[in-house]
Amino acid sequence: MISNSSHPVTTQAALTAEDVNVYYGSNLAVRNVFLEIPKNRVVAFIGPSGCGKSTILRCFNRMNDLIPGARVEGKITFKGQNLYAKGIDPVETRRYIGMVFQKPNPFPKTIYENIAFGARINGYQGNMDELVERSLRGAALWDEVKDKLKGSGLALSGGQQQRLCIARAIAVEPEVILMDEPCSALDPISTLRVEELIHELKQQYTIVIVTHNMQQASRVSDLTAFYNAEATETGNKIGYLVEYDQTQTIFHNPTEKATQEYVSGRFG
Amino acid sequence: MTTEFPSTPTSDLWKPNRQRSQRVELIVKLIFGAFAFVSIVTTLGIIETLIFETFKFFQEVSLWQFLTDDKWTPLFKSAKFGIFVLISATVMTSTIAILVALPLGLLSAICLSEYATPKVRGILKPALEILAGVPTVVYGYFALLFVTPLLQKFVPGLQGFNALSAGMVLGIMITPLVASLSEDAIYSVPRSLRDGAYALGATKRETITSVVLPAALSGIVSSLILAISRAIGETMIVTLAAGQNPRLGLNPLVPVMTMTAFIVQVSLGDTPAGSLAYKTIYAVGMTLFTITLALNVFSFWFVRRFREKYE
Ligand SMILES: Nc1ncnc2c1ncn2[C@@H]1O[C@H](COP(=O)(O)OP(=O)(O)OP(=O)(O)O)[C@@H](O)[C@H]1O
Ligand SMILES: [Mg+2]
Repeated sequence: MISNSSHPVTTQAALTAEDVNVYYGSNLAVRNVFLEIPKNRVVAFIGPSGCGKSTILRCFNRMNDLIPGARVEGKITFKGQNLYAKGIDPVETRRYIGMVFQKPNPFPKTIYENIAFGARINGYQGNMDELVERSLRGAALWDEVKDKLKGSGLALSGGQQQRLCIARAIAVEPEVILMDEPCSALDPISTLRVEELIHELKQQYTIVIVTHNMQQASRVSDLTAFYNAEATETGNKIGYLVEYDQTQTIFHNPTEKATQEYVSGRFG
Repeated sequence: MTTEFPSTPTSDLWKPNRQRSQRVELIVKLIFGAFAFVSIVTTLGIIETLIFETFKFFQEVSLWQFLTDDKWTPLFKSAKFGIFVLISATVMTSTIAILVALPLGLLSAICLSEYATPKVRGILKPALEILAGVPTVVYGYFALLFVTPLLQKFVPGLQGFNALSAGMVLGIMITPLVASLSEDAIYSVPRSLRDGAYALGATKRETITSVVLPAALSGIVSSLILAISRAIGETMIVTLAAGQNPRLGLNPLVPVMTMTAFIVQVSLGDTPAGSLAYKTIYAVGMTLFTITLALNVFSFWFVRRFREKYE
């Protein structure tokens, strides 16, 4: 099986997608995606709206299972294991592959409980206070909230809420973190903080981030996947992976003309 | 009342009839205002009568007597007016009702909003709504002629009129209210919160119990309080099935008389207007009103205090 892009030489794959098609009901939303996400790298997904970036992202932790009518074809592996094989529990996979959403969605609980919740449901036996502190430090939020751990998570600013969501995600010690436009609801300063955070998290985690911000993609990612969508005769749009390569290459020397146009802002 | 702004090249094409629309606005405002006025006046009228007659009642019976007597015999020669005799019965039937309606209503709300397939939901929801449409007199006879005899097989000492079966049937009556309002509250918990829990590896049950229900708490509590108010004010079921025996205490197996049952009893007799018994109705009505009002104020406060704001 060959994809239409030159695969970067990698150390070890955390996630792979092999000929993935995703349907919503009877509509094909994304087709023929081949992708390999190396361990401890940041991979950015870019592309115009509706081309299926979020859809593919949700395949990696089986969040698509929660959408009625969504169906995934093809093979997605996590450390070599087919995530869609029989007997794989989607609940179990999500503990290893965490997710941060576009809009900060802290639980209406205290800051402490926001972090402790995931640990508790996954049967964490260690010291909870330590875990909460470690996770909040990991998300660069500790100093701002250490005095109000018993305060509501909803009382934080948008940028703090998003970092709380990142802290919540890393509290269950996942291996991969999927981020779907994590900065789109944030101001430039909060955005910068989250980007710095992503740089640090890279040491420990594999990160896949969807973004509409070209500068962000070039700043934070090692590899970039560009998706596009084409219209069928019936008017449906089908997304596909155009090109996947080192971020440097995608931004400065892409193979495809569409990529070149998109990253330079002369798209559509 | 025309405001003149500098004219633009296309000014001639725009000729709104400001005067007419202002007049229409005014008329519409008056009509709606009149309707609002009618309902406010009605409410005020009711409260006014209640307060007025209650005041006259307390000119003859002291508040102290009203609150401390352990007998309720307003129609006897040696009349006693211990309101807690009636309150104890009302508290008992309402508590039993809520003990039935809370689990039933909440579980059906969770089932409807989280677990039911559209097909099952399409059957369950109308079934609940039918339950809400059954006339209370039917529930009353259901309690008296079906539930009580049935319970008597298991509960020794259960009398023909009792608070237990009245309360249970009362609970069935308010279950649809709890279910439908709680379902609204559960349904309005944003999807993004559930996704957040699932993304951490939570199962469906964990998501519901730890994230969805706490987030919907204020709505669930206010649905419960509304249901309690309904149970306290409900008349037919308790009059038919709980009996007419004013009795202080919390024994659910014997006949008792609730506040509403007393009002029915006196209104059915030929009590002359202005007599003490007549004023008693208002004193009891005022007590009912005060309790329900307190519950609603609490619910209002609770919702304001605990409602989570999601954009
Ligand atoms: N829950 C859903 N039900 C039905 N169709 C969906 C659903 N989610 C996405 N789609 C469809 O799948 C296609 C891809 O959507 P997706 O959200 O993955 O795009 P995206 O690249 O993330 O876009 P954006 O940049 O706007 O977030 C779109 O045509 C969309 O209409
Ligand atoms: Mg998206």
